[in-house]
Amino acid sequence: MMSSQTASRVQRLLLGALLLIALAGCAVGPDKRDPFENFNRGVMRFNDELDTAVLKPVATAYQETLPSPARKAVGNVFSNLGDVWSTVNSLLQLQIPQATESLMRVSVNTVFGLYGILDIASEMGLERHREDFGQTLGRWGVPSGPYVVLPLLGPSTVRDTSAFVLDRRADLVREFDPASTRNSLYALRVVDTRASLLRAGRLLDEIALDRYTFVRDAYLQRRQAEIFERGPGELPEDKKDE
Amino acid sequence: MMIQRRVLCLCVAGLLATLVPTARASDEAPDALVRRLSEQTLNTIKADPALRNGDIQRVIALVDARIMPNVNFQRMTAQAVGPAWRQATPEQRKRLQEEFKTLLVRTYAGALWQVSDETIVVRPLRAAPDDKEVLVRTEIRGRGEPIQLDYRLEKTPGEGAGWKIYNLNVLGVWLVETYRSQFAQEINAKGLDGLIAALAERNRANTARASRS
Repeated sequence: MMSSQTASRVQRLLLGALLLIALAGCAVGPDKRDPFENFNRGVMRFNDELDTAVLKPVATAYQETLPSPARKAVGNVFSNLGDVWSTVNSLLQLQIPQATESLMRVSVNTVFGLYGILDIASEMGLERHREDFGQTLGRWGVPSGPYVVLPLLGPSTVRDTSAFVLDRRADLVREFDPASTRNSLYALRVVDTRASLLRAGRLLDEIALDRYTFVRDAYLQRRQAEIFERGPGELPEDKKDE
Repeated sequence: MMIQRRVLCLCVAGLLATLVPTARASDEAPDALVRRLSEQTLNTIKADPALRNGDIQRVIALVDARIMPNVNFQRMTAQAVGPAWRQATPEQRKRLQEEFKTLLVRTYAGALWQVSDETIVVRPLRAAPDDKEVLVRTEIRGRGEPIQLDYRLEKTPGEGAGWKIYNLNVLGVWLVETYRSQFAQEINAKGLDGLIAALAERNRANTARASRS
């Protein structure tokens, strides 16, 4: 079990590693958005191996043993906790209707949905808006910076990584005591998330020519789309053809 | 008085509207086309369990019959391939389109199994009447969060339904753009024939996987 001290030490180590990569930025790859490509590919290989050895088998077993309604309940509880932070970030982005909707989701699901076990808000037509601090920074014009693949955590950018530190501070699972409960909850959340991605992972193996490039390009586009949700959706290079 | 005049105006407008479309009866509005295609496809899938189980031959038949006539697949492939497309021989172009299509159809087949009680909502179209290219936004609603699915269409007067799809966006990610760097990587390393070989190899591996499981 990891105490919170070790957890924060790991966090600091990760940040330190990132700084090092940033300094070693002379190894420039062919893509402007991805100067650390060689390093990133290494991290992705490491993550993949770890995933194949540990996380994927655990997530598969979880999916096979726990009946779907129970898994849904687990996912709902974590999503409900996440909606609190989404509310804050929608407010910080001055997206008032979204913030209101998220706040209503939290109230409805916590009170009538038994602490979020049931997602009654979605059935009432209140949509979920996932917002994290990286999106808030992006909304206010902070550029994403180079693409980075984080150990254990996967695709990110320099901006999103720094924002992630704050996201973790605001993580409501941190409020649970004692540490053993908290750590079990962290682990459960990771397994639950991974289980929900099993199918997508299989699909990715089939459609990608190069998984690294596919994930990178999809991640960067998706983040951009999340920040400028339902914006003009323009493609700068779209016009020129053949 | 005002109301009567407005009713009269509406009637006249309605009459005119019934007269005008006879000029180009075959050209549908782009959002109407997307709605019709999505609904037809969803209904076909719901009615056919073999499709949902990923019977690849049936999915290919469905895509070829229903969807392909409304897609400018050559443009999609050309954009994904990038500048090298101009140097490609007709034979290479043909092979690229075939392999790329097989890859995408398989992906599509892989996603079909989850279709059950989904409905498609087409968002209001924001386009001028004389636009040659438009963006049609839709949402798939079912269980969980709605899935964003957007289409780019180009005007093809007198051909097909009057519009053809040339790019597709799933959850904020454009299909053509997502393949562009991967294709460029292969072309830079091994040329156009290298890309064709890589696509063919991917398709072979996928077929082998599917028959194993």
